[in-house]
Amino acid sequence: MTGGSLVELGVVTVYMLVALAVGLVAYRVTDRSAEDYYLAGRGLGTGVLLFTTFATLLSAFTFFAGPNIAYANGPEWILVMGLMDGVLFGLLWYFLGYRQWLLGKANGYVTLGEMLGDRFGSRGLRGLVAGVSIFWLFPYVMLQQIGAGEALVGLTGGAVPYWAGAGLITLFMVVYVAISGMRGVAWTDTLQGVFMLGITWVAFLWVATEIAGTGGGLAGALPAEFRALGGGAYSPQWMLSQAIGIAVGVSMFPQVNQRFFVADSERTLKRTFAIWPLLVVLLFVPAFLMGAWANGVGLALPAGENIVPILLNEYTPGWFAALVVAGALAAMMSSSDSMLLSGSSYFTRDIYRPFVNADASDRREDVLGRVGVAVFAIAAFGGSLLRPGSLLEVGSTAFGGFAQLAPPVALAMYWRRTTKAGMFAGIAGTQAFYLATVFGPTVTLGGVPVIASSYFGWFAQVVGLVLGLVLTVGVSAVTTPATTENPSTYVDALRAD
Amino acid sequence: MVSRSALAWAACFAVLLALAIPWFLWRSDTLVAGLPVWLWWHVAWMGVTAAAFAAFARRDWGLFVEVGQR
Repeated sequence: MTGGSLVELGVVTVYMLVALAVGLVAYRVTDRSAEDYYLAGRGLGTGVLLFTTFATLLSAFTFFAGPNIAYANGPEWILVMGLMDGVLFGLLWYFLGYRQWLLGKANGYVTLGEMLGDRFGSRGLRGLVAGVSIFWLFPYVMLQQIGAGEALVGLTGGAVPYWAGAGLITLFMVVYVAISGMRGVAWTDTLQGVFMLGITWVAFLWVATEIAGTGGGLAGALPAEFRALGGGAYSPQWMLSQAIGIAVGVSMFPQVNQRFFVADSERTLKRTFAIWPLLVVLLFVPAFLMGAWANGVGLALPAGENIVPILLNEYTPGWFAALVVAGALAAMMSSSDSMLLSGSSYFTRDIYRPFVNADASDRREDVLGRVGVAVFAIAAFGGSLLRPGSLLEVGSTAFGGFAQLAPPVALAMYWRRTTKAGMFAGIAGTQAFYLATVFGPTVTLGGVPVIASSYFGWFAQVVGLVLGLVLTVGVSAVTTPATTENPSTYVDALRAD
Repeated sequence: MVSRSALAWAACFAVLLALAIPWFLWRSDTLVAGLPVWLWWHVAWMGVTAAAFAAFARRDWGLFVEVGQR
């Protein structure tokens, strides 16, 4: 083992211990109700809400996958992130998030499925939303475990085998999430987010100073093709498809969507809304520029590795690169823990309670929620050992799958004429369409793509959004509301003071 | 009847979205202080977006979302 990997292991160990300590404190102040366990009693303030959403959203993408994209294709990915997370997600935060927050507060909703099931008087709809969400979430968690397991193997130079690494991380997350619930997860995310932001800037300034001191300066570190906006992989359709597909998908990811419910006050939501674009600039510009510079200074990226650690090893001491890698590993875990918690809440509240045991007491649900975390995590661990190819593909296309939920959900919240039949058509229809584009054969009709991954440069997931609107509106228009439906549940909760 | 401030904010949000990627700089490779000019646009635009969001939150929060407010 090298000195660098000792530092990494040390930092990861410290992170785990701090997280456990935070989890224990959170356990002591959390009462045994589902609202407190899953939503921290709807009591998160600006700083915590901002960073827990940010840390949940970003995971290791900021340090690993994102800079790798900038390295391979150019820094235009920064603009995609700006549109996606800075503007679009900010607006979704307001239009979907604020409305969900109001509805959740008035009617006590803990999950998205619960909110829709109540409005449309449909247990089936509630189960469908939860089922679809878990279908995409489960393999996505699996991918995180695979990533973290492999990172641990790399850190220890193979001394810890893959199964033990992934198993250790699973065990840690189960214990920690089962104990702490949302409050502990959010607190840890905040520490994690502040650490990540700080270390990114230290790394960025360090590398920039080193490069600026060389003959070519900063300009020399950008290859000619990277300076011009667009070109290569970056077509307008590609950039817009990525930004729209991911932003919309993120808003329906259980661990992000559930954060729409947790703000303590309107003031918190207002502040978060306004600070959001600044955070996007502060984090992504330095992280992705490093990826682009690494290409310009001629560093090679071997298959299966990440460019930021390679760049840091070139320009900064080994211990510092190790610190960043450990931070990324911690980021990976802090995203997974939120996913486990939300996955468990969807299962217990929207599947177990309505379909299996409607009379479960709060106490029982509390225990079950914690057991659910363990079952979910252990099953995903099993999956990460077997690595079935089709499940891996589901995980890697999860953003598109979640995005398909958004049009029916937005219509349900904003359009009174939406009917239960319209919701079923919009959700089931788009899921079937999107799955067909991922797994099915390509079908064209007279040169026009019908089932394909790309429609004149636009991604299938974006085409699915339009389809979702058409199906939900169309079917709602020709059906009458079921007698169990109750549109006024939403309207009454939304009256301005 | 849709109010004037609703129209103004809808237009503002549309412009924020439309120019988050500076299409008018497409294929421009001008560098400023060693970085592409479009990257500086991005930094400034996120600042503008944050300012617009803050102004909206202060003046017209609730518009479009709360029922009964126009």
